[in-house]
Amino acid sequence: MENLVKGWEVIIGLEVHAQIATKSKLFSSSPTAYGADPNTQVSFYDAAMPGMLPVLNENAIDQAVKSGLGFKGTINNISRFDRKNYFYPDLPSGYQISQLYYPIVTDGHIDIELQDGTTKRINIERIHIEQDAGKSIHDLSPEFSYIDLNRSGVPLMEIVSKPDMRSPYEAMQYVKKLRNILKYVGSSDCNMERGNLRVDANISIHKPGEPFGKRAEIKNINSIRFLGQALEYEIERQIIAHEMGEEIVQETRLFDSSTGETRSMRSKEDAADYRYFPDPDLKPVILSEERIERLKAEMPELPDEKKQRFMSEYGLKATDAAVLIDDKEIADCFERAVQASKFKSSETAKLIANWMISELFAILNKENKTIDTVGFPIEYLAELVDLIVDKTISGKIAKTVFAEMVSTSHKPSDIVKELGLVQIQDEGVIRKVVEEVLTKNPAQVEQYKAGKTQLFGFFVGQSMKALQGKGNPETINKLLQELLRQI
Amino acid sequence: MKNYLTISEVRKGLKSKEFSSHELMQHYLKRIKDYSKLNAYVTIDEDKALASAQQADGRIAKGEDLPLLGVPIAVKDLFCTKGIRTTACSKILSEFVPEYESTVTQNLLNNGSIFIGKTNMDEFAMGSANITSCFGACFLPYRKKSKPDMELVPGGSSGGSATAVASDLCVAATGSDTGGSIRQPAAFSGLVGIKPTYGLCSRWGMVAFASSLDQAGPLTKTVEDAAIMLKAMAGHDPKDSTSENVEIPDYTTFLDQSVKGMKIGIAKEYLEGLNAENLALLEKVKSWLKDAGCEIVEVSLKTTSYALPAYYIIAPAEASSNLARYDGVRYTKRAESFSNIDELYINSRSEGFGEEVKRRILTGTYVLSAGYYDAYYTQALKIQKMIKEDFRDNAFAKVDLILCPTTPSTAFGIEESANMSPVDMYLNDVYTVNANIAGLPAISVPAGLSKDGLPMGVQLIGNRFAEGDIFKVSHVIEKSANFAELRKEIITI
Repeated sequence: MENLVKGWEVIIGLEVHAQIATKSKLFSSSPTAYGADPNTQVSFYDAAMPGMLPVLNENAIDQAVKSGLGFKGTINNISRFDRKNYFYPDLPSGYQISQLYYPIVTDGHIDIELQDGTTKRINIERIHIEQDAGKSIHDLSPEFSYIDLNRSGVPLMEIVSKPDMRSPYEAMQYVKKLRNILKYVGSSDCNMERGNLRVDANISIHKPGEPFGKRAEIKNINSIRFLGQALEYEIERQIIAHEMGEEIVQETRLFDSSTGETRSMRSKEDAADYRYFPDPDLKPVILSEERIERLKAEMPELPDEKKQRFMSEYGLKATDAAVLIDDKEIADCFERAVQASKFKSSETAKLIANWMISELFAILNKENKTIDTVGFPIEYLAELVDLIVDKTISGKIAKTVFAEMVSTSHKPSDIVKELGLVQIQDEGVIRKVVEEVLTKNPAQVEQYKAGKTQLFGFFVGQSMKALQGKGNPETINKLLQELLRQI
Repeated sequence: MKNYLTISEVRKGLKSKEFSSHELMQHYLKRIKDYSKLNAYVTIDEDKALASAQQADGRIAKGEDLPLLGVPIAVKDLFCTKGIRTTACSKILSEFVPEYESTVTQNLLNNGSIFIGKTNMDEFAMGSANITSCFGACFLPYRKKSKPDMELVPGGSSGGSATAVASDLCVAATGSDTGGSIRQPAAFSGLVGIKPTYGLCSRWGMVAFASSLDQAGPLTKTVEDAAIMLKAMAGHDPKDSTSENVEIPDYTTFLDQSVKGMKIGIAKEYLEGLNAENLALLEKVKSWLKDAGCEIVEVSLKTTSYALPAYYIIAPAEASSNLARYDGVRYTKRAESFSNIDELYINSRSEGFGEEVKRRILTGTYVLSAGYYDAYYTQALKIQKMIKEDFRDNAFAKVDLILCPTTPSTAFGIEESANMSPVDMYLNDVYTVNANIAGLPAISVPAGLSKDGLPMGVQLIGNRFAEGDIFKVSHVIEKSANFAELRKEIITI
């Protein structure tokens, strides 16, 4: 029970709404492209004109099935759409088509990594498909509200977890991992800024051994950071309320990212009765075994599998592998680089991983770029590592080359030539320089011989400096040891 | 011009240049004015109608030949017609002009037909007397011998279409049938009306009442016309997920096929409580069919009496949801006064919907509510399943068609109907809802006149996609009844 907060256990369950990556809407052929002018992606159906009927986008079904496979869930051969009835100006038909009674996927899980390096399994209760609503815009005019139906009917998957999370950290890890899996599967862009991924968090606290407390549902959280903040705030609020002897009510709350607080939206007493019933305009979704098998065959390697493979195939450390697989694009870049390298050895792979994680990520962070916009193809990094491995340049020079590559987008081999950075391998040349360094610094040599062995680095530095950084460090080391022994 | 022309007569006349489509249209437009008190039509664009007739004449002159080319048709105001106001006879849609054409009407246009106008109906197709229309009641063109002054209802909800056909204000008309809305008015008006198998006609562009039960179909003067119209209206539509992907045969090829050896079932449950006139008519029909070589088989459909209660749960439940879109926000008539969004909804809907529609929305909302859903809706779905199985196992495992009455009575008076309780009104559907609940095709064919001189229909219910059999047997009944002659005895106005 390490997770207790002031003696309280925290119970968190999440409902994640992920926009399914489809070109057209769930039940109409209107496009789903982001950022279009208001009401330019609205069909007669989307506007709920009389007599208009839904036609299911089969691709949305395929994507949901693949997501279910990504979460190791059970794909249901029969699922069905139900109507959730409520009045809202941006819900033109007066009902949202969703799947209450027979969702397309049940029982799945996501393994998340905890701070101590262990993993924890978070169970998924169900995934169902539903339509998004439109958008009401209240701040354009003091007099009128406006409605944009571009989002009306955009396909969503609602991924409902079991109440298995015990801390905001776990909740954030869960969403990160969930997002990663969906991106791998390709079933959602998961762009939280665009509202592709929204989280409703259910949270309650109770004393260990006692029954669960009444839960609050925090709606529509659109960033992982906000999720953490909202949960932290809510835990604090609920603890204070409990300890002040106040009654916690089951209610819906909103997170205000400007204050970091949650506030009550409505309590369960005014909760709507949605009068769910099967949508008579749609037939049940019947998935044949062949179709499920076909989708299974289309499944890409998932993050956990990729991590294992990076460790066994390339000998990467678990932490490095974890960093690389965290973003599918990065993982793909890594593998492309390994493939592009001359040696393709475990050594090269590890070097490429190191260069990506330390140097490349630093640049991406510093310049606020992505691997696509950084200005050089990943194959250049492979070439750079090759130049290190075949001893054309030293690791130190490589950093210079890398910096040059970032600013000029030139090929590493060209940079090395242009700047004359080829490593000096000639032992004769290096020996001459090393001898000179030792002769020029008799005092240091004396101290070294007297036992101050840490001066070895000083000699290396001086030699390297004299060689303008281009000397082969191994040769320098070897010669220095040899010559110092002889003195 | 000869009155009461059928489709084949019109096509013959047009081809032989006996009259033009334009002349025919003028003829109907004039009659509609003469009979405007019947209130059969609610929207007519004369210029458009005449222009389309002229166009058809041009096509005929070029030698084009289509089953309905140049044939003037009336369209129930439930079908969205591009550029022509479509209201479902509700005040709330009184300003709605669709920018699209329903599949069924488009199919008719593709077959060459031309539209005269939109016909009166019960508001959102909810009613059995055509008295709930926001345009006022529509009248049956007939009178009882005993009370020639009494105004009668044409039945509903497709009352306007029935009156338009029966009064010869068009050649044929479209209707829709959720619980009997084609067959009951057809029976009252001495017409043929068929509700096809659920999924045969596309529902796309048809204002929805109860999606799982709604089916379009024709109201016509003859069985042959019904066969021609249904063939033109039906067909798979990828825009309607409940549309069946089946080949639509030329139903006219069934008309003169022999019915010898066909088994016609009479379910005893349909006879319970039936009035003497109806019973006698059924006996007559049975003997005609026997004479034609059919075998009459007694069957039992024990679920029969459960259909009406199940219907009045399922249909309002779906309606309560289907009608939520008429909210005053977009294309529907918005209340003038409101101070917040809830008031906008409440006032627009309170002002825009009539009493019967409100009653059904409330009923539907109630049966779907938490705590009542299982007691009502779930039970109704179970009953629906039982009824389907009953038809499968106890009817169509043994017989080809079921013969039964269409309505408990002949057309009733408008004043009488105004004083009926909702439940008494709902009982009009007692023989027709079964086919909707089970998704089966059913026809009403005029078979005789009551003592009081009003038309009486009988109903044939078939297995799914048995429309061909239905037309075949209907044609025998039509010929035996010689209704064309009987019609002349009816007191018309």
